[in-house]
Amino acid sequence: MSTALPPTGTGALAKREARLAWGLLAPTLISVALVVVLPLLAVIWISFKPFALSDLRPPAPIVRESLRGSGDEMRVEYRVRNSSQEETIQGVTLRDHVPEGVEIIGDLPEVCTLTGRDLFCDFGDMEGGERERLRLPITANLDEDTLEAAVEDSEPTMTGAGKSVLTSPALSMENYKRLFDGGEFWTVFGVTMFYTVFGTIGALVMGLFGALLLNKSFTGQGLVRGLYLFPYVAPVIAVAFTWVTLFDPFSGSANALLIQMGVTESAINFFGDRPLALIMVTVFEIWRYFPLSFLFILARMQSIDSSMYEAADMDGASPFQKFWLLSLPQLLGILSVLFLLRFIWTFNKFDDIFLLTGGNAGTRTLTVNVYEQAFAISNIGAGAAVAVVILLCLLCFSFFFFKFISREEGL
Amino acid sequence: MRKGFITGPVLGALWLIVMATTVAVAMSFATGAAFRPQLLLCLLWGAVAGLIYVRFAPRHALARLTISGVMALAMASPVGPVVTGEGVSSSAVLVAMIALGGGMHLAMAAILQDTPFGTLTRHEYEAAVIRFLTGFGYIFFTAIVLIPFYVMVMTSLKSQQALLQNPLDFSVEISKGAELFRSYVELFRDFNFGTYLWTSFYVSVLTVAITLAFSVPGAYAVARFRFKGQKAFSRSILLIYMVPMIVLALPIYIAFSMTGLRNSILGIVMIYPVTTIPVALYMLQGYFRGLPTEVEEAGLMDGLSRLAVIWKITLPLSLPALASVSLYVFMIAWNEFLLAFMLLDDPSKFTLTRGVAMLNSSEIPRQHLMAGAVIATVPIMVLFLGLERFMTKGLTAGSVKG
Repeated sequence: MSTALPPTGTGALAKREARLAWGLLAPTLISVALVVVLPLLAVIWISFKPFALSDLRPPAPIVRESLRGSGDEMRVEYRVRNSSQEETIQGVTLRDHVPEGVEIIGDLPEVCTLTGRDLFCDFGDMEGGERERLRLPITANLDEDTLEAAVEDSEPTMTGAGKSVLTSPALSMENYKRLFDGGEFWTVFGVTMFYTVFGTIGALVMGLFGALLLNKSFTGQGLVRGLYLFPYVAPVIAVAFTWVTLFDPFSGSANALLIQMGVTESAINFFGDRPLALIMVTVFEIWRYFPLSFLFILARMQSIDSSMYEAADMDGASPFQKFWLLSLPQLLGILSVLFLLRFIWTFNKFDDIFLLTGGNAGTRTLTVNVYEQAFAISNIGAGAAVAVVILLCLLCFSFFFFKFISREEGL
Repeated sequence: MRKGFITGPVLGALWLIVMATTVAVAMSFATGAAFRPQLLLCLLWGAVAGLIYVRFAPRHALARLTISGVMALAMASPVGPVVTGEGVSSSAVLVAMIALGGGMHLAMAAILQDTPFGTLTRHEYEAAVIRFLTGFGYIFFTAIVLIPFYVMVMTSLKSQQALLQNPLDFSVEISKGAELFRSYVELFRDFNFGTYLWTSFYVSVLTVAITLAFSVPGAYAVARFRFKGQKAFSRSILLIYMVPMIVLALPIYIAFSMTGLRNSILGIVMIYPVTTIPVALYMLQGYFRGLPTEVEEAGLMDGLSRLAVIWKITLPLSLPALASVSLYVFMIAWNEFLLAFMLLDDPSKFTLTRGVAMLNSSEIPRQHLMAGAVIATVPIMVLFLGLERFMTKGLTAGSVKG
């Protein structure tokens, strides 16, 4: 008699479930791969290329056709040039149709042949920045307007392609060299760390304070909680511009108030002066994101078992003791997870500083530097190099994060 | 330190500084006139008041009211806790007096309740400090949250001239009537804000729809099925959370420029959901895990297919979660600025945030910018306040995305 054994291996049902699971995940996987993974690889690739904003289009031959002269001295001119100043374009040819009623007289230029009414010119390779001009004298039995229309109606077609910087296999460390040359990188890195560390800690402390305030039920608690979430819910662009207006050195209310209260004699340029601008953007960051920590800490507080506090009351613990010895240890988990998450996201923050100062006055963080390099200086390669540095930093952070998060369940 | 006659004056002095600053700032913002708190005098008055409030129990209301009243009346002289400048209307001074005196009396009575004059126990002392901190906290948080929004709304109603003349004067001249809303009218008439509003709206709704269509099946698979790579998958979702948008925006800009998707709503609608799918997936899978499997198994036993179970059982059960996620995604899409800023150049295709960014130029007056900010903020705020319960749940459900 054979003994019954539990089934081993993957059964048919498990297989079917796994197949269904992957099927359900497929759309997400594909879209995320397309929009996240692919661009990330692209950024790493570009960071090794000297790639400027103007290189977005691959070099191509550009032609302009025009009708010159009048009466007997008529000619068609083709002006061909290489769109790129550096790259060579291979196999440049031009094809055009000679309209009815137009005859080419005289010798054709060397590079051209005429078969029937089809003109074909072969320019071979064009160096970067090279220009060519073809003059074809013509006679025509059409009046001038129709002639012009006829000549210009037939668009010449060009062939020939250059290597785009993007697809050529040559790699260079140029971008990285320039990035680490001089002390600028470390200044930017220092600013980023200041912004990130103080922004994160500030938001956490404020959030903790706010949560302690609201951790009791009273009428209107929901309303106050909603109110305290305003900074986070409102569009960043609206609140950032409001801050800029509020702290404007000329027409800002904050300055008027400070002068009136005798705190300062003359207007302070909050977002324009060095160290102050950095402090202000950090304060903005704290202001905008304390609601988030507040909400999470409050949610955690409300789930702490109240019997613990009752026991503490029986033992005669004072309010501060209860906070330090009971609440804080209970909140340590959520606080550390929040710290890590907020740290990473503050590190990633771009919009806020970009809108407040544009990265001026000593507030340029790494993320703003990506934009600055790529679009203000039009060097996409350099921007990508900064982006890769950011990614490397994030890789380190997320390593810590996952070490923690596996311990701290629930988030 | 733990003596009533020390604690009382210290808390009183600190509280009066808070009170005086609050009243001065509030009155300045409301009337535009000059109010200035005097810190040293505040310390003095507050200490005296604190002393009297611990010395005299509530039944000696006369002593308590007298000190608060005298202190408030002192505002008329140069030795009050708040001095007023030239040309402040007497009614404004009266309001400030009442606010200061009343606020001081009520708060001191509350903060120093059950605080004896002599030695305090640890409990009494800490309770008084906590009550002080609570009062301070409410004033502080309410002020920092409300002031920017107040400035935003009021600036949008002023004229450039009035603003430059006295940046503090936010008093609204009701007599101007519809003229007040000139900036708004001009934005809708000359700057196409109606179109932007509509574009933002349907882009956000489409984003929500696409996000849900992608993330519901994905979340269900992660929550319910066991398959190889499940753990790695949930981790990589979190990892994607951590990639900064600006890093992705760079190659997306290049790709969109090359394919001609830049400057098109289609491109925006393609890209927005992908930024929200990981968030939504993460939030939803947490919720699906919490649903009892028994109901679904019963459905399976009765012959429903897995997909039918999702459609007929799981989704109806998770409507609150779907609402939270939808709201959250809507908010992200509505508030999104970076991608719209980089990918849209054609004013006829702007979203609202991109339109507001356009107003930030020296040629366009400030009140237009603020009016634009108000237009961008109001719909999301209305939605938020109306559905606050869902929203806070959505925010805490598993997203800490900033």
